[in-house]
Amino acid sequence: MKTPDKISPGEVTPPRVYLNRRKFLEAGILAASAVATGLVYRQLNHHAAGKVRTTKLAGLTPAATPGPAGTNASDGFHVDEPSTSFENITHYNNFYEFSTDKESVASAAANFDTKGWTVAVDGLVQKPKVFTIDELLKLSPPEERIYRMRCVEGWSMVIPWAGYSLSKLLAAVQPLDSAQYVAFETLLDTSRMPGQRADVLNWPYVEGLRLDEAMHPLTLLASGIYGNTLPPQDGAPIRLVVPWKYGFKGIKSIVKIKLVATQPRTTWNEAAPNEYGFYANVNPAVDHPRWSQATEQRIGQSGRRPTLPFNGYADQVAHLYAGMDLHKNF
Amino acid sequence: MTDKNLRFARLLVLVNCAVPAALLGWDAWHHQLGANPVNFAILTTGLLALIFLILTLAVTPLRKVSGWNWIIFARRTLGLYAFFYASLHFLIFFAFDRSFSVSGTLSEMLKRQYLIFGSLGLFVMVPLAVTSTNAMIKRLGGKRWRALHRLAYVAAIAGVIHYYMQTKKDVRQPLVFMALLALLLAYRLVEYWRQRKPTPAPAAKTKTEA
Repeated sequence: MKTPDKISPGEVTPPRVYLNRRKFLEAGILAASAVATGLVYRQLNHHAAGKVRTTKLAGLTPAATPGPAGTNASDGFHVDEPSTSFENITHYNNFYEFSTDKESVASAAANFDTKGWTVAVDGLVQKPKVFTIDELLKLSPPEERIYRMRCVEGWSMVIPWAGYSLSKLLAAVQPLDSAQYVAFETLLDTSRMPGQRADVLNWPYVEGLRLDEAMHPLTLLASGIYGNTLPPQDGAPIRLVVPWKYGFKGIKSIVKIKLVATQPRTTWNEAAPNEYGFYANVNPAVDHPRWSQATEQRIGQSGRRPTLPFNGYADQVAHLYAGMDLHKNF
Repeated sequence: MTDKNLRFARLLVLVNCAVPAALLGWDAWHHQLGANPVNFAILTTGLLALIFLILTLAVTPLRKVSGWNWIIFARRTLGLYAFFYASLHFLIFFAFDRSFSVSGTLSEMLKRQYLIFGSLGLFVMVPLAVTSTNAMIKRLGGKRWRALHRLAYVAAIAGVIHYYMQTKKDVRQPLVFMALLALLLAYRLVEYWRQRKPTPAPAAKTKTEA
């Protein structure tokens, strides 16, 4: 090594070059670190995207034309509001069996296998039966129903479902006079539904309706959206849709339907009885204890809109609750 | 650490802390915030505020444990970013969730417990941001300034409670924040206790020996 006095003046890096080199290095480090930070951010905030596994649904009856603009057809089967995009319906899902992150459900459910699916319908009925999914789908031709969907979290969609009224299935098994309620159950299978490994809810997911609610023509046993079969993230192969109730009543991937005499237990009610009632009718006047239910964010639109009593289906269903205190029976 | 290196380190922190805000803005501009953009922006800025609060509070323990005294330079920047993201969090809520309605925002803030905690967290950060300059440290005096800035813990605790309370059911993530905060608090308490404990007097020692 040369001692300082042996270094000739020509070998000393001139300050200009030295400073440039330093600047260059600093700019490089700055850019690299910013990119790294950006990648971490992206990794933590990925938005759902990707192909959806679904096939065309055969023999679908299109939705009937609606009534005057801005109103429902009198049966409520077709709401006259723009439908939420297929992309959003299939990439913003509450389906804790796959993930508690709404935007991760689509990818977590992508390979969900529904081969050999059966639905047992029994309990207080004349003709209990285990239906294969094909038998169940053939019970009645699918009709298109365009319903509002209001999530208890304060957002909503308009979804073109396909399916038939649950009443048709119930009629087929012939409920006994003693049957007062209908209890539903989702598949329990931690290998196919990895979200069930976490203790977030008491698995399997169960839901229930009063028999008159279950027999209401609006109550839909849905097997499709947008004229296609239900994608896994939306509850394949068969799910319940009760448009005047909060979305969590619409139990997905059903394997069991049982007619019973007493009010069945329901998953969210068990998880937080003061926050989620058995009825869970959409009601802007009754707040969730932790947030307001007066308004909702319609997915794909800006600004919040007022939430309607019974989600806009009061004409069709309010009579079911005549004389009931809806603040108590929330 | 040389002044030049320190200046660069400061710039490095300043730029990197802004990256999430820049990407959030970029994504918003390109309609890439997902199906529920307002909700996403509120959640993301809230999480960023909590992350930066935790980072701010981690500087001093890390400095003491590692002996890297120079990292103290980052504390003010991190703290100001925590305040920035918390303010952004509130402003997005005010503008897009409450549609700029002052009465709508106030009534909601008073009615919801989780919003009371959130507001408290943001509120106590205001004097901290105001007194973050060197001139203010001088004016208040080190002791009083340090006492005031312990409010950063109040902000973080309120923020984490706010996050925990508004979570619908899956509280695993809020619990992670809670655990980190508890760890930092525990460190401070142990330090405090160790400094307070008088060194044992020799007389006492002989007594126990006897």
